[in-house]
Amino acid sequence: MDFGNLLYLKEEISLILVMVLLLLFDLFCTGKIRRYFQLTACVLMAVHTLIHLDPMPDGQAFGGMYINSPILSVVKTILNVGTLIIFMQARNWLSRESTSIKRGEFYVLTLSTLLGMYFMISSGNFLLFFIGLETASVPMAALVAFDKYKHNSAEAGAKYILSAVFASGLMLYGISLIYGTTGTLYFEDIPAGIDGCPLQIMAFVFFFAGMGFKISLVPFHLWTADVYEGAPTSVTSYLSVISKGSAVFVLMMILVKVFAPIVEQWQMMLYGLIVLTISIANLFAIRQQNLKRFMAFSSISQAGYLMLGVIAGSAQGMSALVYYVLVYLFSNLGVFGVISIIEQRSGKVRMEDYNGLYRTNPRLSIVMMLSLFSLAGIPPFAGFFSKFFIFMSAAGEGFYLLVLLALVNTILSLYYYLLIVKAMFINSNESPIATFRSDNYTRVSLIACLLGVLALGIFSMIYDRISLLAFGL
Amino acid sequence: MNFLSLFVGIPVVMMLGLLLAGNLKQIRAVMVAGATALLALAVMLTIMYLGERSAGNTAQMLFRADVLWFAPFNIHYAVGVDGISVVMLLLSAVIVFTGTFASWRMAMQQREYFMWFCLLATGVFGFFISIDLFTMFMFYEIALIPMYLLIGVWGSGRKEYAAMKLTLMLMGGSAFLLVGILGIYFHSAPAGGTYTMNLLEIAQYRIPMEAQRLFFPLTFIGFGVLGALFPFHTWSPDGHASAPTAVSMLHAGVLMKLGGYGCFRVAIYLMPEAAKELSWIFILLTGISVVYGAYSAIVQKDLKYINAYSSVSHCGLVLFAILMLNQTAMTGAVLQMLSHGLMTALFFALIGMIYSRTHTRLITEMGGLMRVIPFLGVGYVIAGLASLGLPGLSGFVAEMTVFVGAFEQADTFHRVMTILAATSIVITAVYILRVIGKLLYGSVVNPAHQQLKDATWDERLAVIGLMLAVAAVGLAPLWISDMISDSMVTVVEQLAK
Repeated sequence: MDFGNLLYLKEEISLILVMVLLLLFDLFCTGKIRRYFQLTACVLMAVHTLIHLDPMPDGQAFGGMYINSPILSVVKTILNVGTLIIFMQARNWLSRESTSIKRGEFYVLTLSTLLGMYFMISSGNFLLFFIGLETASVPMAALVAFDKYKHNSAEAGAKYILSAVFASGLMLYGISLIYGTTGTLYFEDIPAGIDGCPLQIMAFVFFFAGMGFKISLVPFHLWTADVYEGAPTSVTSYLSVISKGSAVFVLMMILVKVFAPIVEQWQMMLYGLIVLTISIANLFAIRQQNLKRFMAFSSISQAGYLMLGVIAGSAQGMSALVYYVLVYLFSNLGVFGVISIIEQRSGKVRMEDYNGLYRTNPRLSIVMMLSLFSLAGIPPFAGFFSKFFIFMSAAGEGFYLLVLLALVNTILSLYYYLLIVKAMFINSNESPIATFRSDNYTRVSLIACLLGVLALGIFSMIYDRISLLAFGL
Repeated sequence: MNFLSLFVGIPVVMMLGLLLAGNLKQIRAVMVAGATALLALAVMLTIMYLGERSAGNTAQMLFRADVLWFAPFNIHYAVGVDGISVVMLLLSAVIVFTGTFASWRMAMQQREYFMWFCLLATGVFGFFISIDLFTMFMFYEIALIPMYLLIGVWGSGRKEYAAMKLTLMLMGGSAFLLVGILGIYFHSAPAGGTYTMNLLEIAQYRIPMEAQRLFFPLTFIGFGVLGALFPFHTWSPDGHASAPTAVSMLHAGVLMKLGGYGCFRVAIYLMPEAAKELSWIFILLTGISVVYGAYSAIVQKDLKYINAYSSVSHCGLVLFAILMLNQTAMTGAVLQMLSHGLMTALFFALIGMIYSRTHTRLITEMGGLMRVIPFLGVGYVIAGLASLGLPGLSGFVAEMTVFVGAFEQADTFHRVMTILAATSIVITAVYILRVIGKLLYGSVVNPAHQQLKDATWDERLAVIGLMLAVAAVGLAPLWISDMISDSMVTVVEQLAK
């Protein structure tokens, strides 16, 4: 075996290194140095992100099981940035008495799910893909149940692991049927064996249902709201951004690479699912009072918009999708950062608690508002550009009606995002959330989100760069 | 970057200035400086534009600048102006300037208020200088969202309902518009060619007829919602009635013109064949707007509602004239945009000033105000006379041109519709004169109104500025109408192809 190939796994290796260092720190450093644990975690993650900022060249290892290419590296970097922001936002929550004793576990568990996603993204074979998927799911369940003394969190953990296992089962069945009909599990070789016979369509449907659970597309979304509500807020934001973003990208990659011969069938299927996902999620979001449940439905509908890039199947679709994930990450983490800090300081997560927030905490309200505008696709914030491009990629393949339906849905989503803006800026409140100072970590993370929301759209080089690397059908 | 980008740059700088401003005095200073700079810039642009034209420069768009923005989609930041955009920029600058003074005594959260106001201005100016569909659409949306907070926070009456209704309906319009724009983009070159968002380049290529049939109605309705096209006009009365004074001025005066401007600059200019084929549907709808808006205004009791319905009627006339598809009528449409923008801003400014004194907008609770507040009373009469089309004021010039142009279409359908639309002039006279008689003359209904004070200096400044503009358009209309008419030639040529 040529050990030089292992260098294509640089990103994975360096991530494992970060994990091991943190684990050792957690084990051996006691006393005063422990205070710097979270700082170390953030710094290590930042270093890891920075040294892999440059996309990796094309290459493969383990005989094609593992592949790496520039666009895959870009996606990994996006996930890194998101994880780093979440690490900063989690500090407040982890410093509490009940969680501070096991805060090391939070970082190691999070990083191992991230490692799983790395392998999913870089897989060139269904086996590695499945291993990556499981590595991402199982620690995730532990994270969801992290506040185990809380009834909600434990329940959410159980729900998550059950639905994840069920989804994996479905997917595995689909993969086995694919193996049965084509005789191979390598992405490269499968398309030659796909002729669109009913068994293969069924295999695809099973595979897709499994992915649907991960991305929480309607009708596979039923676990989402409960899990998002029960999980600690930092974990919820991780689930909604990192986990979802990587799953959508992997789905697109597999559809384009593996299932290209049955493109008509999967486009038809996606068409229906997108309309369902966006409309149902938006309608349900309107009724939510708990902000975490609210963001759960919002993120389901955002997943629907992401799927517009998938259905296009073109290189343009892929670059729009990666860009959308990047922008969505900053906007959503902006919202979650505010929700999280307010939950920590006042214990309030309901929408009416936010009434009059602008009077007491103007800066947080503005971060929240701009992030929500970005999610709703209002210019000049980044969300406008990402939505425009993803609609453009779908319209470029002739899906005008679908784009119109999605756009009409953005009006619905604008309505409920404006409900929060209205609560913060217009509604009056006798006893609003008291004025408080946020800690520096939260501040830095929110400033990063704000910069992302403001700059990612107007400065076009990021999109240009992504679009050079993307590929399609 | 050339100096046209300053129209976007100045409001952005104003926003930064407001962020740094320490107290109300500094906030006002920033606003006055910025608004004056914008007005000066617009006047300078007009002079330079006329200079270039008289020097024989016949290019369609002057002062062009073009920067590649998103290379993968061939999206450019492209700006340029012709006579029509110059007129619109001038109008916007006048309204922003007078609007600043009309909101001089804003009671709360002045900094935030003016920041949203500047963002609104950024969107409006950016829209009128853009010649790239992407930037045009972006600025269009930038102009919409500040309305929500401006009405929701600083408005009056059913402000939350009105703000939400207005925002959602206008965004709904822009949903249709976006599909239309994407459709235009993907048919802007033969298959396999480089697609473009540039208006002038798309106009060189003839979009296939099937695509035009599909995307013309989408684009027209998308812009039409903002231009108060029946039956999508219902946001307008509620929105205008609840908005604070300067926002009503800017919204009715400028923002609604974005709709009319977009309709001919994008929908008709780029898809002329479909415009000819499908215009009858929209002529019917706009005809209804014109007459129905006027009749609705008769029965209203709230001053702002009267003016809002009158805006529906007058903006309907703008779209009606555009759809006549000939040079005279379309020139009239732009004149009507200008005239209606100025006089409706004057109306809303005066209504706001009266309301801040009497604390009511119901005409039944007021009367004889001419004796107590003569300055505001005279202003109201002038605005009213301009609105009903008295010669010498702007309304006459605009409506005259519109109806002369509309009569050039000789077939029965157009004739009948023109005659019906022309009846709105009479109805306008009815509701304007009724309000003036009830509100200003007669005896003072409410004894408390005897103590009212007349306009302060900042209010006088705003009102006089607008009155001068209304009179200037009415007395010396030719240079403006020539400027518009010259630029309209390209649209008419496109229609004749």
